[in-house]
Amino acid sequence: MKPHTKQRIAFSFLFLCTLLVILPVGLILIIIIKNGLPALSWQFLTDIPRAGMREGGIFPAIIGTFYLVLGAIIFALPIGVMCAIYLNEYTKENIFSRLIRLAIINLAGIPSVVYGLFGMALFVMFFKFGTSILSGALTLGIMILPVIITSTQEALRSVPKEFREVSFSLGISKWQTIKRVVLPCAFPGIITGAILGIGRAAGETAPLLFTVAAFYLPRLPRSIFDQVMAIPYHLYVISTQIPNIPEKIRYGTALVLVILVLGINLFAIILRIKLRRKQRW
Amino acid sequence: MVDNPINIEVKDLNVWFKDIHALKGINLRIYKNEILSIIGPANSGKTSFLRTLNRLNDLTDGFRMTGKVIFDGKDIYSKDIDVNLLRIKIGMVFALPIPLPFSIFDNVAYGLQGRIKNNKEINQRVEKALKSAYLWEEVKDRLKESAYKLSGGQQQRLCIARTLALEPQVILFDEPCSGLDPISTAKIEEAMIRLKNDYTIILVTNNTKQAARVSDRTAFFLSGELIETDITNKIFTASMDKRTEDYITGRFG
Ligand SMILES: Nc1ncnc2c1ncn2[C@@H]1O[C@H](COP(=O)(O)OP(=O)(O)OP(=O)(O)O)[C@@H](O)[C@H]1O
Ligand SMILES: [Mg+2]
Repeated sequence: MKPHTKQRIAFSFLFLCTLLVILPVGLILIIIIKNGLPALSWQFLTDIPRAGMREGGIFPAIIGTFYLVLGAIIFALPIGVMCAIYLNEYTKENIFSRLIRLAIINLAGIPSVVYGLFGMALFVMFFKFGTSILSGALTLGIMILPVIITSTQEALRSVPKEFREVSFSLGISKWQTIKRVVLPCAFPGIITGAILGIGRAAGETAPLLFTVAAFYLPRLPRSIFDQVMAIPYHLYVISTQIPNIPEKIRYGTALVLVILVLGINLFAIILRIKLRRKQRW
Repeated sequence: MVDNPINIEVKDLNVWFKDIHALKGINLRIYKNEILSIIGPANSGKTSFLRTLNRLNDLTDGFRMTGKVIFDGKDIYSKDIDVNLLRIKIGMVFALPIPLPFSIFDNVAYGLQGRIKNNKEINQRVEKALKSAYLWEEVKDRLKESAYKLSGGQQQRLCIARTLALEPQVILFDEPCSGLDPISTAKIEEAMIRLKNDYTIILVTNNTKQAARVSDRTAFFLSGELIETDITNKIFTASMDKRTEDYITGRFG
């Protein structure tokens, strides 16, 4: 075979593989948009579910997801950032710090349903928060901690070591250096990590199963000890638990979820590019 | 120079990084208001020596030392030393200009903020420092601009101003002109000679001509050892050690 022909075959093969990756993503989007778009309306987004969830909208689920995600990030961002600062700036490479790193990597690999179980045991039962926004948000928060810690660590590592040395050489203490130089430089990376964490939290069902999610609760929550509906769980419920649900309500809900999560990720990417472009060193 | 009071006295200094013995039994006196230049080939321990004087090596993994560095009548490695205060008194300018990602003004004010509450005083100190570093005329109308908009030579003078703003007693320069063109180099050398009146200066340089031009005394380092120290003129015309002469005349290193 001529080298030229060989190259063409290799090229076609690689192209095919790439296509195989893009194809499912495209198909999912197309099917969801095609079936879901007819359901999307102002009313769908702002109305409560009616007629046994077969009509009406998904407003309580949207609000529920909003509260849960907000709670999760309020809890996870400060803890995750502090943890990353400790690991990156205050510990030298030793067995202990390697163990922590290993733990964080493993934490990221735990199936989300296990987080749900853990959240139920700890927050719902042990701390007696009950099935509530608080329990759900904390469970989601723990689940996204690894995302936030790793992205913050990466952001801290990208700050030149020389900046720290210059600051120390000017008699500025370590903590002040972190506060005044390192964190501002790492800010874009930290924020992007936080938003990716939000995106992850918004799309998860399993951690909510036993900690917060209400099957059907067509009113808005009054306190953090209330249950709420959430979009992913609502989708699960109407897809599996309720007979004769109109197709378009299911796909409409899925479409809202996909737009939400993709939108959050897209926002994170754009923000990162914007902030990166602004900073030069 | 040797008649001036002693400013820093280094006694039997040994430094290791893990198992590398970077400085071996250094004894050296640095006098007030002198420019001491340190010359020597790559890896001879010049940077390690400077970083020992402001305790920047403390942050390096595997750093160990023995011996004493007496400054202000105290060993700077004794327990009751405030390292941050020490680093204000012994300032440092690095080989490459490293402005912090702030404005020109904020770079110079960085070390003062938090320490001096009065904004007016900060402004005055910034202006004074920029003037002493011969940068004021070039930047006085653009203090709010990013420091990265300056040329390399201007950035290095900004870094000098940043150190001067703290009004240290000693300034350590680590090859401050290594990345600069001859004109920028001349400006920085001019600044150093003027600064000598108010500061003690230790200048590490890989440019022996620069050492000859600006320094009062010169120390020659080789493989972590201090081979000899003498009045610059003497080192360059009648050095005691053959190795010093070989280095200066460019026969090795
Ligand atoms: N952080 C470090 N970790 C390990 N070894 C180091 C470190 N810094 C310096 N060394 C070693 O110490 C020795 C002296 O290095 P130093 O940087 O002081 O030399 P130098 O005279 O400044 O050289 P140059 O002219 O290249 O700047 C070298 O062998 C170097 O490898
Ligand atoms: Mg060096």
